[in-house]
Amino acid sequence: MITKRIIPCLDVKNGRVVKGVNFEGLSDVSSPVELGKYYSDNGADELVFYDITASSEGRALFTDILKEVASTIFIPLTVGGGINTLDDFDRVLKCGADKVSVNSGAIKNPDLIYQAAKRYGDQCVVLSADVKRVDGVFRVFAKGGRENTGMEAISWIKRGVDNGAGEIVLNSIDTDGVKGGFDLEMLSKVCDAVSVPVIASGGAGNIQHFVELFNTLPKVDAGLAASIFHFGEVKISDLKEQLFKNGIPVRR
Amino acid sequence: MVVIVDYGVGNLFSLASSFKAIGVDAIVSGDKEVIESAERIILPGVGAFGDASDKLFSSGLAEVVIDQAKKGKPLLGICLGMQLLFDKSFEYGEHKGLSLIKGEIRPIEEVIPKDYKIPHIGWNALQFTKKSELFKYLNDGDFVYFVHSFYGTNCNESVIATSEYGYPLTAAVGDKNVFGCQFHPEKSGEVGLKILKAFCEINA
Repeated sequence: MITKRIIPCLDVKNGRVVKGVNFEGLSDVSSPVELGKYYSDNGADELVFYDITASSEGRALFTDILKEVASTIFIPLTVGGGINTLDDFDRVLKCGADKVSVNSGAIKNPDLIYQAAKRYGDQCVVLSADVKRVDGVFRVFAKGGRENTGMEAISWIKRGVDNGAGEIVLNSIDTDGVKGGFDLEMLSKVCDAVSVPVIASGGAGNIQHFVELFNTLPKVDAGLAASIFHFGEVKISDLKEQLFKNGIPVRR
Repeated sequence: MVVIVDYGVGNLFSLASSFKAIGVDAIVSGDKEVIESAERIILPGVGAFGDASDKLFSSGLAEVVIDQAKKGKPLLGICLGMQLLFDKSFEYGEHKGLSLIKGEIRPIEEVIPKDYKIPHIGWNALQFTKKSELFKYLNDGDFVYFVHSFYGTNCNESVIATSEYGYPLTAAVGDKNVFGCQFHPEKSGEVGLKILKAFCEINA
């Protein structure tokens, strides 16, 4: 039985994890290497690193850091942020990433998914979509959720899968940061539309939200979150314990 | 010394790093002499079987690996590298493998229930079907990381572990000194490193 995956997401800027992190026992809480290792040792099934650097110096630093993370942590690594070309895929894959997540890059150039899937395989290409309701319609947003592209989200995601995206990260802008639970309505629509794994993102505030997610939508494969893990509000080991007690298959 | 066979398929960074993590010298090489002088061989691989098999045969490395395995050198195929050990694969056509493990590679969609997703991706538990030195540090039910759409079949005699995905998919094979893992030990955390460690302790 394949298990449901729990995935912490780390935003990295100029080689450091941003957004406050609050852990005891870590000498350097904003070191991607230390944090990555902490999560890996404490039951994370996968890690996502987002490069939110704007400069090329920052980008080079990110790839160095990625290499260091990939040589110390032996669980799957997904990298996103600033992926606009096949060269960007190449750059992060050579540093030990297993999957590459595209968002704005695919909006600017939808052919990117097809080209990357053809070269590296579907399993390597993750389509990450920031989606928000606008007048009752799910719309795709670009540039970190700041810009409405006007595209209808479900058809955009379907098209991405047809082009070779092997996995979807669905981030609901409506529930993101609210900590009131995942966007079950939006996730349900996406799960019905595609047959590839769907990773839920945005809205997790406590353990119960994950239980609710997997119980209500058995088709969802993974739950992704950032701050609740970083701030220690939810410990991955406790989360998995509760999921297990609720009959949800997890790796423990 | 362990050699990770480089025949131009996939990225071998994580694999090389995992040997470093268990304190074993590993070298990535596509050189015939290096492979011949190594104590044990890792055959990696991602991508399509046909393409990988072509590269392996056209470079002459297929013969080297077969020859070394037949001489008794421990060999471990990983993911597509495991599939390449088989007689043949039916991934987009029919392609020949190294014939070091009796059996063939077929699409998982032929055996898994319709509502199961393809590829089989994520963490799944190992069920041991035979005692193997490869698993001497593991417990039945330990989790490993899979990404694949094809599986080994008609290989009953060499199956040493399966993983349940609506069907007991072949997870690992072993026949004397030749081993294969469908999953990625280099992405399976501590459990994966223990498998690599056990492989490095098999008598050469």
